Amino acid sequence: MLRLPPLDFRSPSSLREVLDLLDGRGPNGSSDSGASPGNGGGPGGANGIGGVRLVAGGTDLWPNMKRRHQQAGTVVSLMGIDELRGIGEAPQDLEIGSTVTLTALLRSDAVRSRYPGFARAVAAISSPPLRNMGTLGGNLCVDTRCTYYNQTEEWRRSIDYCMKEQGTICWVATNSPRCWAHSASDAAPMLCALGARVRLISSGGEREIPLTDLYRDDGIEYLGMRPGEILTRVIVPADSSREHCRSAFWKLRRRGSIDFSVLSVAVALWMDDRNVVDRAAVYLGAVGSSPVRVSDAEDLLVGKELTEDLIAAVAHRARKDATPMSNTDFVPAWRGKMAEHYTHAALCDAAGLPVRRQAPRHGLTVV
Amino acid sequence: MAANPKADPVGAGCESREEYRLIGTAFRRVDGRAKVTGQTQFADDLNFPRMAYVKLVRSTVPHARIRNIDLSAAEAMDGVLGTLVGTELPDKFGILPVSEDEHALAVDTVRFVGDPVAAVAAVSEDIAHEAALAVRVEYELLPTISNFNEALKTPEPQMHDYADDGNIHKKVSLKFGAVEEGFEEADVILEDTCYFEGNTHLAMEQHSAVSVPEDEGRVTVYSSTQTPHYVHRALTKVLGLPASRIRVVACSNGGGFGGKSDPFNHEMVVAKLALKLGRPCKVTLTREEVFYCHRGRHPVLMHLKTGFTKDGSITSQHLRTALDGGAFGSYGVASTYYTGALQTTTYRIPNYWFEGARAFTNKPPCGPKRGHGTPQPRFAFEVHLDKAAHHLGIDPAELRLRNLQPPDSVTANWLRIGSIELGECIEAVVRGSGWKERYGKLPEGRGLGLACGAYLCGAGLPIYWNHMPQSGVQIKLDRSGCVAVFCGETEIGQGSDSVLAAIVAEILGIELEDIRLCVGDTDLTPVDLGSYSSRVTMMVGHAAMQAAERARDTIARAVAAQLEVSEAELVFADRRVFPAGDPDRGLDFNAAVVAAEARFGTLGTTGSYIPPRAPGRYRGAGVGPSPTYSYSAAVVEVEVDPQTGVYDCRHVWMAHDIGQAINPVLALGQIEGSIYMGLGEAMMEEQVFRRLPKRLSSALVHKMPSLLEYKSPGFHDMPGMTSYMIESRDDRAPMGAKEVGQGPLLPIMPAVVNAIFDAVGVRVDQVPATPELILKALEARAKGRPARVGPARFPRVDYGTPVEVPTPDQGGDGRARHDPKHRSRSVRAASGTMKDREDALKERRSATLTTA
Repeated sequence: MLRLPPLDFRSPSSLREVLDLLDGRGPNGSSDSGASPGNGGGPGGANGIGGVRLVAGGTDLWPNMKRRHQQAGTVVSLMGIDELRGIGEAPQDLEIGSTVTLTALLRSDAVRSRYPGFARAVAAISSPPLRNMGTLGGNLCVDTRCTYYNQTEEWRRSIDYCMKEQGTICWVATNSPRCWAHSASDAAPMLCALGARVRLISSGGEREIPLTDLYRDDGIEYLGMRPGEILTRVIVPADSSREHCRSAFWKLRRRGSIDFSVLSVAVALWMDDRNVVDRAAVYLGAVGSSPVRVSDAEDLLVGKELTEDLIAAVAHRARKDATPMSNTDFVPAWRGKMAEHYTHAALCDAAGLPVRRQAPRHGLTVV
Repeated sequence: MAANPKADPVGAGCESREEYRLIGTAFRRVDGRAKVTGQTQFADDLNFPRMAYVKLVRSTVPHARIRNIDLSAAEAMDGVLGTLVGTELPDKFGILPVSEDEHALAVDTVRFVGDPVAAVAAVSEDIAHEAALAVRVEYELLPTISNFNEALKTPEPQMHDYADDGNIHKKVSLKFGAVEEGFEEADVILEDTCYFEGNTHLAMEQHSAVSVPEDEGRVTVYSSTQTPHYVHRALTKVLGLPASRIRVVACSNGGGFGGKSDPFNHEMVVAKLALKLGRPCKVTLTREEVFYCHRGRHPVLMHLKTGFTKDGSITSQHLRTALDGGAFGSYGVASTYYTGALQTTTYRIPNYWFEGARAFTNKPPCGPKRGHGTPQPRFAFEVHLDKAAHHLGIDPAELRLRNLQPPDSVTANWLRIGSIELGECIEAVVRGSGWKERYGKLPEGRGLGLACGAYLCGAGLPIYWNHMPQSGVQIKLDRSGCVAVFCGETEIGQGSDSVLAAIVAEILGIELEDIRLCVGDTDLTPVDLGSYSSRVTMMVGHAAMQAAERARDTIARAVAAQLEVSEAELVFADRRVFPAGDPDRGLDFNAAVVAAEARFGTLGTTGSYIPPRAPGRYRGAGVGPSPTYSYSAAVVEVEVDPQTGVYDCRHVWMAHDIGQAINPVLALGQIEGSIYMGLGEAMMEEQVFRRLPKRLSSALVHKMPSLLEYKSPGFHDMPGMTSYMIESRDDRAPMGAKEVGQGPLLPIMPAVVNAIFDAVGVRVDQVPATPELILKALEARAKGRPARVGPARFPRVDYGTPVEVPTPDQGGDGRARHDPKHRSRSVRAASGTMKDREDALKERRSATLTTA
């Protein structure tokens, strides 16, 4: 089988120790392994400082390291740290620790009853065994993906590598100055739509930012975290819960399980008693290097009654905003068309209108 | 169905199914407990003291001369024990004698990304992995070929100098009967161009091999292989050792599907390294490397032209195929013939012209995958028939029923058909699916599709020309009461061990636990050619019956003497041997064996099998014959979203003409497994490659060599399934049992696209039928263009002058017209005895002398 390279594995029990390791001050803390800094790998993935990487569930980092497109001399596990665990009970904003597993989220009454769209998005991630290991923080920070990148060392040698790792060219768009690897998180577009915030900590202090600010539209530098920062908590606002907000999540993929999205649509609608939209957010996943906000969805929707025509207009806009590239399963042109159909379906779903289209089996029935 | 005329009156060769005690029941498979408890040792589970771990260094360029291999960095690593390069194993090998074109490690040229170049051995798998990455190879790039059309346009440089024509590896043109006159008689002539994308086996177990050096320069190789005998032959050639110094043991395979039927580089390499290092060596491939071993389904472009009368009878057919073969021969010559050979087995085709060609391309070699070369033209034919039915206004099921090939007949291309229950199969799925009430009448978006198929019950000829048995079984019995059964067969998950044990147990009247199996070991077991071409139940079954009947007869003689009864009165059942009329007088089986051992000395019997000789005598007639054929019919129900093209298979009804199920649960497993694999091929699976822009790169790489990105359905993508086993014993088969491992795959792919047509009215003339293709066809229709997606045209291929063979209807004798080589031979009746074979061989010699 594929083998991990030699590495130093640490499993500290406090945040302090992690921060020291990230700053190169840990016990025997060497940060000179020469591994290239990059993103991904646990809820602090951006901190590939000097060959130190964080790992939570490891469902992304370990395979990536076996294929050698992510490297680290030292891997620090976050799973022994109490401060990163737990799902809040408060009736107010829902606070979720970054190393809470996806399975634990699905078992949480607070998540299932208050945030059905979020629960659907989590249920759509990968497969049950991987959800048992994978964490919310890991999913939000999951490395961007591309069929020229998620390959073994030998395979990548045969194309002389790519811009995201060792190479110079983005093979998806060979004249492009940027990398087009696509965002691969299902939780991200949904939590962006729900207005979630994330808390970050570093030895320099703590800050809280909107989740949308965590992401950058770049396949390589896709996370806007500062060096040495760790994602500690995710806060989902109370006014995004079911009593106030209608949410829906649709995911397109080849099979009913395991597959990453080739497109996802996350919808959140705040409506008044007369079916008039007060607030709205529509995000697309997997058709850009970050979750893609459907521009003007708010403008189109807010203050209006949700009608068929209006839904069609927003869906049409979604197609324009999606930039599916030839870097994942299915052909881009078809995925672009699907952005319209799936946005239409997700909006109808959220609004409680009949969805005429047949959904492929998404494995969402578990919720 | 008549009983086997040669059957002994004592036990087997029964007239009706009720007479079997074990056969036909859902007995627990003999390897079941070991497999579910983890006791089975697959090749990768084997460990030996001082064992080294081997990793292959594979080419990162698609076509090049090797300038230099720099092993220094790898050799300098701590824990690296040794390396190997191609010049140390200069002799070529390959499964077919006509295309021995593979080196264990590339000697001067690499031909695809993944072609092995060097090997490293180390004290751990981790170190071997790092060392392999440290090997640097310098290449001088050569032009590359990525598909059939490019091969046609690029005759130079030749990838292999033995190719028929430039980079066209093999060309075939076989014309049976009056093809043009047949078209003239037709009321309607239909033409279709279809494409079947390549796909791979995806066995759960990756290939693995472990070699152990022994005294006297011997070596044992344990391998996950379907064909230990052929691996043995290849090792003999490559290692340059006598066969007697090499032992090959086939471990239980975690699935094969044809992907472990070739001798492989890694097997040669570990054997050589064991001898070189004096240590056991293990290699286990990564999933990516399995994609490079491949030998999977050939991508095939097909053009089919068929003449029909108004009532739907076929008057003539012309099939052209173009196979993308990959970088080596593998089974490709046979695959090429198979894209035409079995086309005639289902429906009566009085005149038939088959032209096929296989190209060399710079990609992993294609070979046999479940159905070997047959699913592609079967797909084209069954889609073609669906269109014909619409054109002629005949129900698709009815059209097929009208054209059924009769049983006990000889086809236009000289295949001898045995029993055929295809009509029963069609009727079963028509009834089960509610076809008559529902076909063509379901609401928009839902549809039913029907298709059929046929397959070999064992290839009639061995891979290399010889007159020896294709399967052998030895039985050893002694006073312990244990019956040891030795056979070269290979368990690949299909249940061949269980079939072997059950046949012996049935005939000797004992239980499965009384039998000890020793299988797939070239030192210890008689030769069986392997688990391919659905041959095991047929050939091992016959050999096992013969050996067991001989053992039974020996015991019967001893017991008859002791009890003073006639042998013919004796019954073997319930672990006893007793006179039929007086059960209390008998002996228990153990005592019966003691009586026989006392009377005759040490007991041992053998059995062997050679298939009957097929009537075809033309060049190419060797591919297609089988003792008999299995038949299948399927109806698939789909639901298609016309706005997206996304669709779902809702249910599959499958009927299979199995003759006699040795074990209905195992048979059902094969049917359902075939449905699963067929749906994968129909809906999503594709082994496809990617060229980077030529101005920037010479790369030609597998697009997605991983289990995540090579899309194959999972459990929960599976529809409901209803399976029917049509049991009508075929007296050419042991206990009447035909194959079930491959046949039921064939109807699935065409049935799916036929159902898509019923659902939304568009034709998808290629697989996989992806949502984007369906949507493209729907959009074409909306714009007033033909409601079809599929290949636009078939390339102009020079297939050479056809070999013309008069059909049986024309009074032919199985030979080609104007074939001087065969002129002096007399026509012989098909027969399967060793004596007939010997006679045939003698006759061939004299014929050669006469013409020389």
